[in-house]
Amino acid sequence: MVDVALDGGSAVSVRNQADRAQVLQRLRLGDMAFRNLTRGAALIVLLILGGIIVSLVIGAWPALEKFGFRFLTTEVWNPVTEKFGAIAPIYGTIVTSLIAMLIAVPVGLFIALFLTELCPMWLRRPIGIAIELLAGIPSIIYGIWGLFVFAPFLQQHVQPFLIAVFGEIPILSTLFAGPPYGIGVFTAGLILAIMVLPFITSISRDVFEAVPPVLKEAAYGLGCTTWEVARYVVLPYTRVGVIGGVMLGLGRALGETMAVTFVIGNAHRISGSLLAPGTTISATIANEFTEAVGDLYTSALIALGLILFVITFIVLAIARLLLMRLNARVGG
Amino acid sequence: MDTALYAKRRRRNVTTMALAYGATGFGLSWLVLILAVLLWEGFSGLSLAVFTEMTPPPGSAGGLLNPIVGSLVMTIIAVLIGTPLGMLAGTYMAEYGRYDKLTMVVRFINDILLSAPSIVVGLFVYEVMVAQMGHFSGWAGAVSLAVIVVPVVVRTTEDMLTLVPDTLREAAASIGLPRSLMIQKVAYRAARAGMITGVLLAVARISGETAPLLFTALNNQFWSLNLNAPVSSLPVVIFQFALSPYKDWQKLAWTGALIITLAVLALSIVARILTAQRKTS
Repeated sequence: MVDVALDGGSAVSVRNQADRAQVLQRLRLGDMAFRNLTRGAALIVLLILGGIIVSLVIGAWPALEKFGFRFLTTEVWNPVTEKFGAIAPIYGTIVTSLIAMLIAVPVGLFIALFLTELCPMWLRRPIGIAIELLAGIPSIIYGIWGLFVFAPFLQQHVQPFLIAVFGEIPILSTLFAGPPYGIGVFTAGLILAIMVLPFITSISRDVFEAVPPVLKEAAYGLGCTTWEVARYVVLPYTRVGVIGGVMLGLGRALGETMAVTFVIGNAHRISGSLLAPGTTISATIANEFTEAVGDLYTSALIALGLILFVITFIVLAIARLLLMRLNARVGG
Repeated sequence: MDTALYAKRRRRNVTTMALAYGATGFGLSWLVLILAVLLWEGFSGLSLAVFTEMTPPPGSAGGLLNPIVGSLVMTIIAVLIGTPLGMLAGTYMAEYGRYDKLTMVVRFINDILLSAPSIVVGLFVYEVMVAQMGHFSGWAGAVSLAVIVVPVVVRTTEDMLTLVPDTLREAAASIGLPRSLMIQKVAYRAARAGMITGVLLAVARISGETAPLLFTALNNQFWSLNLNAPVSSLPVVIFQFALSPYKDWQKLAWTGALIITLAVLALSIVARILTAQRKTS
């Protein structure tokens, strides 16, 4: 009897039972080895995450030990006297991300609405691709563009206008208080909005497209307008997915480094005005890490990194859980 | 008939639809604005010298040869480390352990790593490599980029292998192929275009990454291929030059930004064509 087995891609003929058993044995061993190899690689992915957490905790320990909980509540950031507090960068991170989400979420949802309901068929693909290309542009490009083009434009045209218009209104006058620097928390928030817009748009479009046409047709059949269909049929049906997409965008905005570092001004203080320079966690690390002298300074920066990682981990985990729930529903 | 109500509903519909058009125009105009300025500023500084000369000291002319080469070398090493690791992990998740607890955990963690802040990856590699070795190095830069490559490749590999029809696997099994050979000879071939796409997307992703290189590979003003020493890279040079007060340096920063963007766009377009071919075939 002549059997044919594959060995490294070439066919070998096997003449007797002993050889046959040997070949089978070899194949079985090879299969086991490959299985364990792939399993090991999957475990390494987990190890990377574990490694990141452990190394950040170890690196941040000296600072956390010295300052304790005060690290999270004090504003002072003085490398000379070695006094460090994280509240200013945390505040900057949260405020810039909030500005970004306030702009990007409604705009992103409206673009997704346009792409799924209004856009002529032949235009859908090109616009969809353009939005995804926008998502692929590296953040440093947004940064350099923000520094040389966007910030001067805001300084000359938009910020003086905001200061003048809101100058008389009680709360807004402090939010938009003087001088127009160009760079600052406001500018950083706007750049972040442009950056996260494509993420929110493409996820919302995907979940909007998953709405069963029957539901929409039924609503149109009752005489609903396009807006009413979007508001009362599409949005409620896709709520989980949309929130997941928004959280994913928020995760990006919180952790974004280069686009922000260029335009935020790197000032360690909390100012009532959005137009004033500020800093974020990632911008502080990017600006100061290589120049940090002394173990405590380095450790304080790593502690900032740890805080950032914890915040983004929570936000991204919620996003993934929501999107997973949605997939389970669509799949089942 | 309640005409007032109809008029109100129609008005609301018209305003919101106008908003939808406006939002799309708003979103697309940023793409146009950014690309236009980038092309204008970048091309006006583009010359042969950019690709043949070293980064200059302030105030004199020069090019971007050392950062371009540095970026290429680190990207290649990062892909060489990250791709096999990511493909093997993705293979486990799609083939051996598709319904495992482990796979579910890895998929969840991998998705988080996929959008985790890249500056944190830089801190991690700094702690693990730079602090231990006592100096900044090109190897550390390449490893931090590899950490970013892995989740991208894991994700696409798993997705693409999941798309391979089970009938192909069953056919392979029925002629007596063990699973490892079935995966290598059948599944990988069927998913090849998609897996290559994943690698291209990973390269696109890391070619613009700046944050993780800042304190791993650092920067180097001179020609150096010694990976045990600081290595120059395009994004870091752009960062440094753009924030400098020198006009020559700012010009080079724009040119570097143009090179990166063109490379990233080319990679994404090739990746798109590859997946499009897959769908039609």
